[in-house]
Amino acid sequence: MSTENLREIAARVRQRDLQAVFEAGAGHIGGELSVTDILTALYFNIMSIDPSDPLAPNRDRLVLSKGHSALALYIVLSEKGFIPKDEIATFLKPLSRLNGHPDRTKVPGVETNTGPLGHGLPISVGMAKAAKINHAGWRTFVITGDGEMQEGSNWEAIMSAAQFKLDNLTLIIDHNRLQQGAHLADTNNLAPLPPKLKAFGWDVVEIDGHNMDQICAELDAARVVEGKPKCIVAHTTKGQGVSFMANNVAWHHKVPNEKEFQQAMAELKQAAI
Amino acid sequence: MITSSKSKKLHDCRDAFVATLEQLGSANENIVAVCNDSVGSSKLAGFRDKFPNRLINVGIAEQNMVGVGAGLANGGKIPFVCAAAPFLTGRALEQIKADVAYSKTNVKLIGISSGMAYGELGATHHSIEDFAWIRALPNVPVIAPADRIETAAVIKWAAEYEGGCFLRLSRVGVPDLLPEDHTFTLGRAQTLRNGTDLTIIANGTLTHRAMSAAIFLQKQGISARVLNMATVRPIDTESINAAAKETGAIITCEEHTLFGGLGSAVAEVVVDNCPVPMKRLGVPGIFAPTGAANFLLDKFGMSPEGIASNANVLLQRKG
Repeated sequence: MSTENLREIAARVRQRDLQAVFEAGAGHIGGELSVTDILTALYFNIMSIDPSDPLAPNRDRLVLSKGHSALALYIVLSEKGFIPKDEIATFLKPLSRLNGHPDRTKVPGVETNTGPLGHGLPISVGMAKAAKINHAGWRTFVITGDGEMQEGSNWEAIMSAAQFKLDNLTLIIDHNRLQQGAHLADTNNLAPLPPKLKAFGWDVVEIDGHNMDQICAELDAARVVEGKPKCIVAHTTKGQGVSFMANNVAWHHKVPNEKEFQQAMAELKQAAI
Repeated sequence: MITSSKSKKLHDCRDAFVATLEQLGSANENIVAVCNDSVGSSKLAGFRDKFPNRLINVGIAEQNMVGVGAGLANGGKIPFVCAAAPFLTGRALEQIKADVAYSKTNVKLIGISSGMAYGELGATHHSIEDFAWIRALPNVPVIAPADRIETAAVIKWAAEYEGGCFLRLSRVGVPDLLPEDHTFTLGRAQTLRNGTDLTIIANGTLTHRAMSAAIFLQKQGISARVLNMATVRPIDTESINAAAKETGAIITCEEHTLFGGLGSAVAEVVVDNCPVPMKRLGVPGIFAPTGAANFLLDKFGMSPEGIASNANVLLQRKG
């Protein structure tokens, strides 16, 4: 798929996300807008997956470790055909299978139940190791938030991925520099991330996490370094596409009022043209 | 029906665990072992030598260990995640909750050296809360086998069972209790000894002590039923109801705190269905002092004589 088409899908996902957060009265819109381009590239250009056979043994795996961005994942899954598009309207409604955090036992296409931070990367190491044991070619992708990298369990997994030479594993860090309560820099500043990952034996690249050409280029299997797990530090903007949300810590999980919703939707539509 | 311990020879159940795992591993290449540098204490050296690509040692990193297990299960493997029980269940509890229980993954959690097996090392190394912690989670059966035979049977069952489970093994020697051809059924206790005056319910390292206590009581003219209740969740409601109705008093014994373990699980059933006098024996809500497991079990009233003595007090309440 062309990057132009990918951008169109991402624009559609952002608009649907904004509307769903507005209607549900909850969600994590800032981090959803920052991860949308990466999710779109993975599902529509990179991963080998089949919505009609979501548990195919040799499918590629995506683990959204920053599970609070579940809504963006649900919308991408619905665009891809894993779940009906009109089901997004049930997000967070009583008894909906679309929780605030993804549930693999209910939603086809979800690989593991995330929500508590620092869980996705260890699980992804296990997935990649399973493929290695089987000499299978499928790939594992995991997306973490940057604040999430403060969880020690991630560094346990980072050590073992290098030890096991998991070059079939790609970690994408959604580096939007904001966590729930404040800037990373004012909380527990992990930046710069690349030298830390490199010191642990990973191949590390940095990209603009909203540049579809860069995202697709670095996720390409041809760019993998043999014997090393890969980390893509994706520089992103929390609240990408909406001027008053962008880089504003208040919009981690704030819900727009009617006026804000209209303005945000107008901006997203304008950007999509 | 077994009326007494077949042999006084004591066995370390870890040997039955690894022998069975190696045997299953030969038949099914999807079986893998995951550990936290515990190749020695989990006795996995044989498995590693037989299947070097299938022993995944993540180093001293229990959260990662359980997460890796869940990922291996996602990739079609049947992981036996082995570690000292206090660290497996305590350090990685949230991984057990989210990655195994809630995600319904096929991860076999093997708690080695559970209870007070590391008695002298102190309370950091005791695992006397694990029944309570894991029993509170949906989707993860909790099982403590009583001897090497039941251990082998449980491991075979676990390999076949589609889903996560927590198997609580000791390293403290126990005699054979079950018949060699025993097969494990989830949530089903065995009546090791019939009795009419009261029922002793135990599992793990306490079952043989319960049997000795029953023999002790017999000499006093008291007829004690002994149930080996390896499965703490799902609990065998039927056997407990029958014990309450037919014997009128129940005493439980466990190498676990009295808060939330086997005794609590039995009491929940008794209270709901058929209230009768009960006595729960275990660690009385304290960090246990220094001492070997058998010393500490005796100290907490779970020597055969201690169990019998508690049974006598209980019978006075039976009315």
